[in-house]
Amino acid sequence: MSPVIEIEHLHKRYGDTVAVDDVSLTVEEGEIFGILGPNGAGKTTTVECVAGLRTPDRGAIRVLGLDPSRDRAELTQRLGIQLQDGQLPGRLRVAEALELYSSFYRDPADWRSLMDMLGLSAKSRTRFDKLSGGQKQRLSIALALVGSPRVAVLDELTTGLDPQARRDTWDLIRDVRSHGVTIVLVTHFMEEAERLCDRLALIDSGRVVVVDTPAGLTERVEVEQRIQFRPSVPLDDRLLTDLPDVTGVTRQGDVVVVTGTANALNAVTSVLARNQIVAKQLRVEQASLEDAFVALTGRHTGQN
Amino acid sequence: MSVTTAVPPSAVRRPAFRRLATTEFKLYLRERVGPVWGLGFPLLLLIIFGSIPSFNRPNSDFGGLTELDVYVPILIAFVIAMPQLVALPMALASYRERGVLRRLRTTPVGPARVLAAQLVVNLVNLVVTIAVLLTVARFAYGVRLPRQFAGFVLAALFGAAALLAIGLFVAAVAPSARAAQAIGTILFFPMMFFAGLWLPIDQMPPVLRHISHAAPLGAAVQALQDSAQGHWPHPLQLVTMAAYAVVFGLAATRLFRWE
Repeated sequence: MSPVIEIEHLHKRYGDTVAVDDVSLTVEEGEIFGILGPNGAGKTTTVECVAGLRTPDRGAIRVLGLDPSRDRAELTQRLGIQLQDGQLPGRLRVAEALELYSSFYRDPADWRSLMDMLGLSAKSRTRFDKLSGGQKQRLSIALALVGSPRVAVLDELTTGLDPQARRDTWDLIRDVRSHGVTIVLVTHFMEEAERLCDRLALIDSGRVVVVDTPAGLTERVEVEQRIQFRPSVPLDDRLLTDLPDVTGVTRQGDVVVVTGTANALNAVTSVLARNQIVAKQLRVEQASLEDAFVALTGRHTGQN
Repeated sequence: MSVTTAVPPSAVRRPAFRRLATTEFKLYLRERVGPVWGLGFPLLLLIIFGSIPSFNRPNSDFGGLTELDVYVPILIAFVIAMPQLVALPMALASYRERGVLRRLRTTPVGPARVLAAQLVVNLVNLVVTIAVLLTVARFAYGVRLPRQFAGFVLAALFGAAALLAIGLFVAAVAPSARAAQAIGTILFFPMMFFAGLWLPIDQMPPVLRHISHAAPLGAAVQALQDSAQGHWPHPLQLVTMAAYAVVFGLAATRLFRWE
C-alpha cells in the first residue's frame, strides 16, 4: 500500500526567513499522524504545502498520488483542511455555512449529521459572530470534513477549547479515523499528541527531529525517574545513596525525593521493605512526552 | 485508497455558484448598509426633491427641463457609486482580513468565485435599484423615462464598470476592512460633488465643470442626462469611463491579494 502523504526534502523560505529547511516524512493510510513542534518550527508551512496553499521552493510532495501544486483542484476534493485563522462572514449562520460548503464538493458528507455530531444542531440558526470560540472551532472542523475527504489536516485542533470540549473533539477525530480517513494533526499540545496520535513527527527549526510513536518517543529519552515518599520511620539517606540505580536524594520537609534511573523504583522499594520502612504517599514521576520534547529540541513548548 | 471518478478538476457544478450568489445576497441584505445607503437613501432624496414644487417646474436654467429631470440621473450615479465604491471594497477587504478567502482557497470553489458572486449580486441589485428609482420618478413625479433607452443602459453600464474598477482598486490597496470603508467613503463624496449632487454640473464655475467632465461620476451623469433627454451619450464621456475601468481594473488585478 502506498503512503497517503509523501514529503521529500521539503524546503520553503519567505524572503530571508527559512520556514521549512528540510522535511521528509510519510503518512500511512488510516493513521492519525501528529506534527509536533514549538512555535515557528515550520509545522503550519509544511501542511500548507501539503494542501497546495503554498508552493515549495524545493522538494517533492505527493498526496493521494497527486501533486498539490499542479493538481490542486482535484486535491481540494479529497483533502480537507482546518486552518488556524480562517473565519466566516459574521452574519452567516451555522447551517447556511455547512450547506453552502457542502455544495462545493462532488461527493459531500451529510452536513446535518455532521452538525449533529459536532454538537452544533442547537446553534444551527446562530450567526458566526455570535458563536463562542469553541463553537467556531467545531464549525471549522465540520467545514474541513464536509467534503468527506480522504485526508483531513487539522491545525491546532483544540486550541481554545475547554477540557470537556477537547475530549469530545478527540473522540470525534477517532470516530472520523475509524471511517478510514487519514488525519494529520498539527499541535503543540502534548497531551493531545500522546492520546490521539499513532505516530508523531517532531519538527524543530524546519527539520524533522524524529518520527516515532508517542511511547517510542518517550522511551528514546533517558530521563531520570523522580520518586517521592514519606517514610514511616526516620531513614538514613545512605540506605538509598548506596544503591547503584540512585543518583540523588534530597529532602523536602519529611518527604524524601529520590532521583535515579528507570530501575530506581524497584531498588528503592526493595531496600525499604528489607528495613521494614513503609513508603507513605509514594509518588513516581516518569518521563513524559513533554520531557522527551524538551530533551530532543532543547526547549520548552510554551504551552499553558 | 479512494477510487476517483473522472471528473474534470475545474468542473464545479453550477448549484455551488448559485448557492454562493444566494448566500452573498442574503449577507448583503443582513449587512443593511447596502440596502439603506444603496436604495433607501437615494429613494428618500428622490421623494424629498420630488415633493418640492419648484423642482417639478420647467426651469430656464436647465434649458426648459425640470430640476427633477436633472437630479434623477444624479441619483442614479449615486446608486451606481455607493455599492461599488463603499460596500464592495469593505466586504472584500473584510473577507480577506477574516480569512474567508483563505478558507475558500482550500475548497474546490476557490476565492475568485466569491468575488464573481458578489459582482452578480451587485449587478442584479443595481438593475433593480435603477428600475425602482425610474419607476417612482415616472409615476409619482411625472419624470419621463429615458428617451434614448439603449444609450441610457450603456451609460449606466460604463459608469458601473468605472466605479467597480475603482472599488476593486480600493479593495486591493486597503490594508483592512476599516481602511477600505474609509477610503471608499472619502472618495465617494468628492465624486458625488463632481456628479452634481450639491450643484448641478451646468451651474458649476468653468474650472469645476472641466474637472467634472473628467471625473468618473461626472462623465456618467452627463451621459445619463443626455440619454434621458433622447441623445446618444457623447463618445468622450464613454471613453472617459472606459479609461477609468481599464486603468483601475488592471491596477486592481495586479495588486489584489487573496490573503
